[in-house]
Amino acid sequence: MIDEQLSVLAVVAPLLAAPLCVLMPRARWSWLLALVASVACFAISVRLFVLVQSDGMIVTPLGGWAAPWGIEYRVDPVNSLVMLIVSGISSVCLLSARLSINKEIDSSRQPLFYTAWLLCLSGLIGMTVTGDAFNLFVFLEISSLSSYVLIAMGRDRRALTASFQYLVMGTIGATFIIIGVGFLYLATGSLNMADIAVRLPDTIATRTMESALAFLTVGMGLKIAMFPLHLWLPNAYAYAPSVVSAFIAATATKVALYALIRFLFTIFGYQFSFVEMPLSAILAVLAVAAVLVASTVAIFERDIKRMLAYSSVAQIGYMLLGIAIASQAGVTASIAHIFNHALMKGALFLALACVVYQIGSVMRDDLTGLSRRMPWTFGAFTIASLSLIGMPLTAGFTSKWLLVQAALAAGWWMIALLVLIGSLLAVVYIWRVIEIMIRPPAENAPRQEAPLSLLAPAWILALANIYFGIFTGINIGSAKAAAIWLLGGVS
Amino acid sequence: MDILGHLNYWVVVFLMMTGFYVVIASGNLVKKVVGLNLFQASVFILYISMGVVTGGEPPILRDGTDVYSNPLPHVLILTAIVVGVATTALGLALAIRIKEAYGSLEEDEIHLKETEGLNDTSNHSGESAGGIDG
Amino acid sequence: MLAAIMLPLIGAMLVLLAAARPNLREFFSIATAVVLCVDLVWLASHVFDGDMPSLVLAEPIPGFSLTLAVEPLGMLFALIAGFLWLVTTIYAIGYMRGHNEQNQTRFYTFFAIAIAAAMGVAFAGDLLMLFVCYELLTFSTYPLVTHVGTPKARAGGRIYLGVLVGTSMSMLLLAIILTALEAGTLSFVSGGIFSDASTTMMLGMLLALFVFGIGKAALMPFHFWLPAAMVAPTPVSALLHAVAVVKAGVFSIMKISIYIFGIERMATLPAAEMLGYVAGFTIVVASLIAFSKDNLKARLAYSTISQLSYVVLGSLLAVQAGVIGGTMHIVMHAFGKITLFFCAGAILIATNKSKVSELDGLGKDMPWTMTAFFIASLSIAGLPPAGGVWSKWLLAQATVETGQWVLLSVLLVSTLLNIGYLLEIPVRGFFKRSIDDHRYNEAPATCLLAIGVAVLMTVLLFFIPDPLYRVASMLVR
Repeated sequence: MIDEQLSVLAVVAPLLAAPLCVLMPRARWSWLLALVASVACFAISVRLFVLVQSDGMIVTPLGGWAAPWGIEYRVDPVNSLVMLIVSGISSVCLLSARLSINKEIDSSRQPLFYTAWLLCLSGLIGMTVTGDAFNLFVFLEISSLSSYVLIAMGRDRRALTASFQYLVMGTIGATFIIIGVGFLYLATGSLNMADIAVRLPDTIATRTMESALAFLTVGMGLKIAMFPLHLWLPNAYAYAPSVVSAFIAATATKVALYALIRFLFTIFGYQFSFVEMPLSAILAVLAVAAVLVASTVAIFERDIKRMLAYSSVAQIGYMLLGIAIASQAGVTASIAHIFNHALMKGALFLALACVVYQIGSVMRDDLTGLSRRMPWTFGAFTIASLSLIGMPLTAGFTSKWLLVQAALAAGWWMIALLVLIGSLLAVVYIWRVIEIMIRPPAENAPRQEAPLSLLAPAWILALANIYFGIFTGINIGSAKAAAIWLLGGVS
Repeated sequence: MDILGHLNYWVVVFLMMTGFYVVIASGNLVKKVVGLNLFQASVFILYISMGVVTGGEPPILRDGTDVYSNPLPHVLILTAIVVGVATTALGLALAIRIKEAYGSLEEDEIHLKETEGLNDTSNHSGESAGGIDG
Repeated sequence: MLAAIMLPLIGAMLVLLAAARPNLREFFSIATAVVLCVDLVWLASHVFDGDMPSLVLAEPIPGFSLTLAVEPLGMLFALIAGFLWLVTTIYAIGYMRGHNEQNQTRFYTFFAIAIAAAMGVAFAGDLLMLFVCYELLTFSTYPLVTHVGTPKARAGGRIYLGVLVGTSMSMLLLAIILTALEAGTLSFVSGGIFSDASTTMMLGMLLALFVFGIGKAALMPFHFWLPAAMVAPTPVSALLHAVAVVKAGVFSIMKISIYIFGIERMATLPAAEMLGYVAGFTIVVASLIAFSKDNLKARLAYSTISQLSYVVLGSLLAVQAGVIGGTMHIVMHAFGKITLFFCAGAILIATNKSKVSELDGLGKDMPWTMTAFFIASLSIAGLPPAGGVWSKWLLAQATVETGQWVLLSVLLVSTLLNIGYLLEIPVRGFFKRSIDDHRYNEAPATCLLAIGVAVLMTVLLFFIPDPLYRVASMLVR
């Protein structure tokens, strides 16, 4: 009985804790509350993940209203994995948030920060579990609005403009999504995803459906930061508070990507999205352009947070490429990369949070000699970097392998080669940073390792990169199950 | 005939494009928020128009009416309006903060200050120059 | 087998723990190397009796696992790398102290990690494991290459990493994934894994991707990382860039020819013949470049490039004599070249000279070093009484068997070139009068000990090549 309500609980726990955070008399208490709510959410996600792996999909109608009318939450192999990563990353980031945020945000505003964080988490989890197209839009806006707030809290004033830019583009994206959902409703008379999918075959290939697909893809593309709709992302990541960069980079775009996968495969179906509409070609071109262009820009970026932001745009290209291949192998690669990329970017940004805490800058030239000044931070950063460039025995390698394998199996030779070239560009931009970090430091530079509570979360994620690069039952195994679930008969 | 029959939709398209144009073309942040609002409002009308059932009455239970307009889009749009209000509020709040931090609401002036006024330390602590070559 | 990989890692950890006490740290280094050698010999006694244990470690990609498996070729490579690690460690202690190097702890730590990676390459039971360890070897040697920390060292490190990672990530990985799709397995199987359904075109392309993708084999045009890596301290150049790293490259090519393509299948590929010409080109051109280098280590580096292509050529010829000759050449060249590098390092610390033209008359001051250099040069050139003669003989025989007259003449020309650029050094040392009257001392005792052991092996292999020949011929049985 409880098991069936778990998906609701995962959304409600942070949602209820959020206003309580404001009421806490001390910033530290609201941090603790946020952490507890997030960890609870993670525990629920783990439980759901295990349940789904053993028993299959769990459907929870809300308020007892049966499917086509009421909203229902569906947890299946696809979103249970996304839930796991979102709540997990949120918990790890919150661990390091206390110190990092103490330094970057006034204590009077901290409770509000944690409120916004929990709302964001709640929105992201909501987006993943919901089985209702309009409900997805509502959760999307909950998470988006709170992430605008989180980003605007960055200590640099450019955070404000970055947040505003994100708000404008994000709202346009969200509006496109409701237009798309509206068209779907117009054509089928239903908002329940599964129900729409059942009704669609009668109305497929009409102008309405085609425009619905276009609106949804572009709208989601904006939230995903699909090239060339990524312009909001670099500044948003660069000027947000450090832990927020880690949280948002590892989760927000991933959830939007999940939503796109959901729309393309579950609602419109493989046949319509990829056979009747030329989505494969469009996405593949954009994805490859993202990989090449964004990686190249990253090479010349001096602000490491911005560099990682561009790297995110490139990595999103990889995920979109998996979708574009639209085979079981491709979607497996895509979902596995959602998981793996969350681990590496989370670790990288958390390592940078340590750097910001101790040194106060993330400009490349200020990090000379980091390997001596902050050896542990450097260690975590290096491991995550190696994962990012796809070094064997790290998570990044497995997803790159899967993607290239999928591209080759589909006969996309050129694309496979470009993916590999893209990962060489990643080597270049990452190595420029590492090389500066291992230079001998200036004579008077003290050893100034970050405190444990900042280091531990970065190392948890860094080690996760290695673990999930060797024992891939959870990430790749379930990504494969998810792909089979999404594509059904199509191989 | 057809054109008039789709009048709502033409209005929607007109409003949407106007709003979109304002968002893109205007350099003033408040105007951008207004444009965004217009853009969203057009979608509200789109939804309401979808719900219309020919010859239908407003969806209120009373005697003598069998055909109702579809109430669901109304409910949905109620939610969307709330979201829209929240977005606008947040957008305006950000605009105020930007005005405080930069002393301007014009995008190009802000951009100028971001690129050149980096030694102005009023609201940022110790960050050195960063390229704005996004 | 797993112990062979874990031992150096444990050693690395011990070295790190004993950072504050140099004597203890060096003791740990040597102790680990000794234990590793014992382990390897014990393992070898089983393997050469025909016992081939294997072990599945994990399965990171569905359907493709990381396995360890011993076979004669890998065993041979592991034995050389392990044994020479011991020798080099002894040498390194003298060298690093004599040269007052900084950061010695980091040096010994990464050295041990690199050896662990080399052991992994040796015992890889499938292409995935091979790739994993190959990349680990690249990254773990990077701190060694840039050890000095000067801008020049960093630039060298950048080229080193750029070429090795670039070739392996673009071509080798592509080749491995294609193999996975084409054959459905990545395991090393005697006789190859491709079915008859695979086209000659496809296999030819794969072979090219493998041969060029394994940048460590330093086939032209991907050879220039090796001279760049010479900025490293001499023990690194000696062990890694004459033995472990470069041999890992040619070893991988050899292993792929035997266990992925199978030599029967290789023999039918026109691509193998074309690549053979590339190897021949590398042999001659690298020797010619070596002539023009005045810096001793650079000259040795180009000599290495040239010699590596002998092994590549041996595997590409795809006949018994070629494979046996190539395998033997891995061993012969390892002992010969490491001696040469040891000598170059000994000269550097004793006299602070690194140019060939400065070595006039040094034979009187450093007779042992120069004699060792002379013998090792003979081995590289393939002249008696040194081991190199046997492997070259077999390789020449292979070119005759396949009717590759051009390649035969390449081998002969190369021998002449080798004599020219290597023997110049002892000739200068013994017969020319030194420019200044400054007298020098011989190198530190540990260095001489290491040189002695290595040169002794070179000579021994001339007189008793049979065990090696038997092991190498197990590969083609």
